[in-house]
Amino acid sequence: MDLIIIGIIVIVVLFVIAFILIYNGLITMKTRVDNAWSQIDVQLKRRADLIPNLVETVKGYAKHEKNVFENVTKARSALLGAKTVAEKGAAANQLTSTLKTLFAVAENYPALRASENFKQLQEELSGTESKIAYARQFYNDSTMEFNQAIQQIPTNVVAGMLAYKQREYFQATESEKKAVKVSF
Amino acid sequence: MTELYNQISSNKWKSYLIVLFFFLLVGAVVWLAGYFFAGFGSFSIGFAGVLAIIMALGGYYWGDKVVLSMSHARPADEKEHLFLLNTVEGLSIAAGLPKPKVYVIEDEAINAFATGRNPKNSSIAVTTGALRKLNRVELEGVIAHEMSHVKNYDIRLATLAVVMVGFVAILGDLLFRGMLFGATGRRDEDRGNAGAVIMIVGILFAILAPIAVKLLQLALSRKREYLADATGALLTRHPAGLASALEKIGHDTNQLKTASEATATLYIANPFKNVSASRLLSTHPPLEDRIARLHKM
Repeated sequence: MDLIIIGIIVIVVLFVIAFILIYNGLITMKTRVDNAWSQIDVQLKRRADLIPNLVETVKGYAKHEKNVFENVTKARSALLGAKTVAEKGAAANQLTSTLKTLFAVAENYPALRASENFKQLQEELSGTESKIAYARQFYNDSTMEFNQAIQQIPTNVVAGMLAYKQREYFQATESEKKAVKVSF
Repeated sequence: MTELYNQISSNKWKSYLIVLFFFLLVGAVVWLAGYFFAGFGSFSIGFAGVLAIIMALGGYYWGDKVVLSMSHARPADEKEHLFLLNTVEGLSIAAGLPKPKVYVIEDEAINAFATGRNPKNSSIAVTTGALRKLNRVELEGVIAHEMSHVKNYDIRLATLAVVMVGFVAILGDLLFRGMLFGATGRRDEDRGNAGAVIMIVGILFAILAPIAVKLLQLALSRKREYLADATGALLTRHPAGLASALEKIGHDTNQLKTASEATATLYIANPFKNVSASRLLSTHPPLEDRIARLHKM
């Protein structure tokens, strides 16, 4: 009789430990997904912050290209003001296209191209574009791990208790998938 | 893509299998010591254990500083090495790890290494030869490989392997000397034919175990290199980048000047190029194999 009671207690304790481990694992994965999502915004903001400096540097060498500067500045404000995911996607695409025009115009000014400041900013922007891509990749990887866990046995049992739903993957918006236009 | 995930899981479980063999070998040697040394069995085991652990702890906590100073590494410069720093930061974001410290080594050879006991205390070093001779995609591949070593806790695993090797080597040595000079402490009634056979087996084991454990360590190192290649490819989503870098390394005749045997395992490519020893004795898998696997992903 005693043995049966001890056996039951051991089994209950093992279940509790398993539950705690699975629960904590799910919490870790969920917070990772949340953090990854906000990291994307961090990189997008960083790119937006680099732009005023870039515009000033180019202005120093190419004062007459007023249109180009205005377009870039306008696009940046639009991005900072965008609220919905669709708005953000369209604004980001617009900013990318105005930046490409800016760099294409810079090709006509050898002094600007040679300036160390300009080269630094170009490298910084290119690095930030990569980081945006990496941040999105990490968000999708974390989301995959989370979605797998809440569907697999036995973690799906605990996930069900927490009412965890699958998270959406980050997809490129339709406007982002189209080729970027460079206009003079 | 599936092939990539397959390679990651296959290398992971193969390395766990090797670690299991490590523990079995250690267990066998410990049992032997207990059997033969009777009275001072626990002393010899304790002695070997403490020595091995002290060696390993030293390497674990100060290993990265030692390795970096031995290679004359200097911190990467914000202006001169902006692409390198941006790439390391970008890949840290992709891996979900804190940014490692970045160093540059003045050397014509194309090579890189990662060190540090956990992701928070890690460092990556790249040679100036690599920065000059590799294009951006190739450099990304190399850095992704090094970050993967940090991500997979390979430095910690290598330290564990070093403890095992040291422990078995010391204990095996004690056993060998003890049995050779008859100081086994076994009682007379155990002598005779059966006793003699066991003695011979014991001596053979004492000689072979340190060799076997060293081979296990090298096998583990090679599996983790394959794993770092695959994990790195998952980070960049572009296996061709690292493959191309490895090809360039294969054709480059420069030998890394500051490499020593102790640090060889940490580098992306075996710094000792003219080693014609067999594959079993190498810390790194052959370049052609690594390139072939990357192309399959």
